[in-house]
Amino acid sequence: MYRETEILTRANQSTAHESEDSGDLVINVGPQHPATHGVLHLVITLNGETIKNVEPHLGYIHRSIEKMCESLTYRQFIYVTSRMDYLSAHINNQACALCVEKGLQVEVPQRAQVIRVLMAELTRIASHELWWGAMAMDLGAFTPFFHAFRERETINDIMEETCGARLTMNYMVPGGVMMDIHPHFQQRVKDFIQLYRKKIHEYDELVTGNIIFQNRMKGVGILSAEDAISYGCSGPVARGSGASCDTRKYYPYDAYNKVQFDEVLETGGDSFARYLVRVREMQQSINIIEQLIDNIPEGDFQAKTKAVLKLPKGEFYQRAETARGELGVYIISEGGTTPYRIKFRSPGFSNLSVLGHIARGCKIGDLIAMMGTLDLVIPDIDR
Amino acid sequence: MFIKNYIKNIFSAVKSLLVGMKRTLYYFTHHKEIITQQYPDNRDTLILPERFKGEVVMPHNENNEHRCTGCTACELACPNGSIKVITKFDISPDGKKKKAIDKLVYHLELCTMCNLCVEACPSDAIKMAQTFEHSVYDRNQLTKTLNNPGSKIMDGVE
Amino acid sequence: MWSFSNIANLVHEVLAEHFNPAITLAIEMVIAGVSVIGLFAILGLVLVIMERKVSAWMQIRLGPNRVGPKGMLQSLADTLKLIVKEGMTPNGADKLLFNLAPFIAMIVAMLLMAPIAFAKDLQMWDLNIGILYVSALSSVTVISILMAGWSSNNKFSLLGAMRSGAQIVSYELSAGLSALAIVVLTGSLQISEIITSQANGWWIFKGHIPAIIAFVTFIIAVTAETNRAPFDLAEAESELTAGFHTEYSGMKFALFFLAEYVNVFIMCSIAATLFFGGWMPLHIGNWHKFNHVMDFIPSSIWFFGKTFFLIFVIMWFRWTFPRLRIDQLLDLEWKYLLPITMFNLLLVTAVAILGWHF
Repeated sequence: MYRETEILTRANQSTAHESEDSGDLVINVGPQHPATHGVLHLVITLNGETIKNVEPHLGYIHRSIEKMCESLTYRQFIYVTSRMDYLSAHINNQACALCVEKGLQVEVPQRAQVIRVLMAELTRIASHELWWGAMAMDLGAFTPFFHAFRERETINDIMEETCGARLTMNYMVPGGVMMDIHPHFQQRVKDFIQLYRKKIHEYDELVTGNIIFQNRMKGVGILSAEDAISYGCSGPVARGSGASCDTRKYYPYDAYNKVQFDEVLETGGDSFARYLVRVREMQQSINIIEQLIDNIPEGDFQAKTKAVLKLPKGEFYQRAETARGELGVYIISEGGTTPYRIKFRSPGFSNLSVLGHIARGCKIGDLIAMMGTLDLVIPDIDR
Repeated sequence: MFIKNYIKNIFSAVKSLLVGMKRTLYYFTHHKEIITQQYPDNRDTLILPERFKGEVVMPHNENNEHRCTGCTACELACPNGSIKVITKFDISPDGKKKKAIDKLVYHLELCTMCNLCVEACPSDAIKMAQTFEHSVYDRNQLTKTLNNPGSKIMDGVE
Repeated sequence: MWSFSNIANLVHEVLAEHFNPAITLAIEMVIAGVSVIGLFAILGLVLVIMERKVSAWMQIRLGPNRVGPKGMLQSLADTLKLIVKEGMTPNGADKLLFNLAPFIAMIVAMLLMAPIAFAKDLQMWDLNIGILYVSALSSVTVISILMAGWSSNNKFSLLGAMRSGAQIVSYELSAGLSALAIVVLTGSLQISEIITSQANGWWIFKGHIPAIIAFVTFIIAVTAETNRAPFDLAEAESELTAGFHTEYSGMKFALFFLAEYVNVFIMCSIAATLFFGGWMPLHIGNWHKFNHVMDFIPSSIWFFGKTFFLIFVIMWFRWTFPRLRIDQLLDLEWKYLLPITMFNLLLVTAVAILGWHF
């Protein structure tokens, strides 16, 4: 209650400030604005076209997922997490499943581990494809969005065939995966990789190499590695600033310690570096998939677990690398069938917090481009 | 050389723009690349994968028999309370009382298609159907009874 | 062969037989006005469906395909929708200016149609300062945009209008200077004379490299002047929602929309007139047989073919490029386009004086 009034007073103050000093223009970008990709509300203070201050106001899509999870059993709560960062739903589910398995001390079969990694990497590619198109759209180019969706649609079809859903799959369960992969899965993924390799150069032709695009991206929104760390950024945002933070490398989970891949790092720290990190990360994901797709071990796809899961009394934490950064799942158990408390450390929240810092002194167009490179998914920020 | 760089910049910029224009012109002239599916028109040819999670249904055989024992495992597994099992007691021919379902009420409007009920079912009585056109004018129609009227349990399913 | 001058003369004679000269003139003016409004409406419909189809095919989509054969009547349905929609005026808006702005945009676009030669002998007003008239009037568009942005009582609209002001005023320069290149070669500002000077070849071929440079800069400047992507900063839907027309709805919005497309058409037809000979068929020097074959294609088809090709190029820009930032936009004008066009003007003058062109 206190915080709410505080925010309101501050919003009023900034409006009052405007009338006193006519040089400032306060604009509400969002919650209904085409560039916020959801219901993010930014109060920006402008001097002409130059941004003096950016203040994000959150809470428009807060569904109290953490509280909801407290009343759901350890099998049930995983499906809700698909609704947080819906673009990397698989990876959210995976992190939760891993955390529960940590508590149960269940050994996940090799086959399930490999399937999980394959699915997670496909999700990452799909998420980055969508980001690529949406970011180009933020910059005013509409065509790349549809071109990116063509490839993303192929991944969605693969998901639909194996998991039965395109966006909120609920495929990872404690102990493994819900169903075995579809018989066509391997062939479909190989086809996708071929398609992707054939089309990837179009991305460079259409966007990366474009002089307008490069001028819009290079040298704007510079985030230093120190700032990235102190703001708690993770994922491509931090790696674009040269801060090495890939959870898959530092805290390998599932089959990630069995595959060879590079952590993509760029040192520029500007919007273009963050862009390049994501584009190159898609390539690394393809590499991971190629290593695993022909080597899915035989065996069970799910470990034997009890019908009713009970975590021992204690606290459990598991991190996973979603398409946006590090997702932390923190479960406090009292020994019952439902968690006592669940906390999600979502990557989008920390990544958004940096926006006010990097956008100061830029133009409005740059702010939109920066929001694009931060790859914000608002339900992930609000939960 | 300022002038040389200036002209070089202009040429490289124009080249990068022309490369992008070549790509869009390619798609403009190659209509075979169009991937749009004309949805309501292609209903007859639309094939959904067999695992697609559309809604929960209870398959019945030709004698109007299902496999549900009324164990309420699905009701317990459902995170949203979209399944409600109403049981009754059947009197079998040899005079024994046997638990069976009266109604299996399914709230489609609450369902998130998470597949947990199907996973939980010990006798494979329910499964996911590949339908997806769920819109109705009255939301009462979304509350469905899954077992057919007059249906009974299949022999040999415990 | 029938020609527009014959039809015009016929109409004039018939009217002169029945009425006195003053009424004849009045009736002729009404006919001209009605045909301009008709052309206006048809252009709007055709260009909207063209834009939607071009964008769809570039984006691997089908585009509108439900209303009419292959969706060709889609824009008619859109117009119907816009007509029946409520035209709202926001609270706190300056009502007079708010409602006036779309009409100014329309009127400017209509006035710009006057000196355009649509076909051989089909020109409403062949005034002797045709190019000057076009470049002077086209900068009036900015007034309607500024009016709309300021009177809407919306900060997004205001920002869009201010951007548009800076943009149109600066790009007017290079558009004018590029057009001047052809004026120097022709030695006349009159549209009909510019067209007849290209009877033995279009200026883009006759004028060597300077004419090509002038053409490229003219197309860029024209794209910016008509607020089309990648220079659509006044609208910038991802930044300013819809820029200067954020608060407009219904028919008032449709007028802005229509004015934008008609402006694109006019600017492309001016470009076609200056560089591609307007309605003049493709003539190559002394190849009389070839020239004779080309003459068989009606002049109106030549004019509309060239114009629509240029419109396609501008649409092609829009669906390929990202938008520029406001400072980059002004950089492009003042650091690149303006020096190039000025240098090019010198070059063209040298070519014209030394007679190096064909």
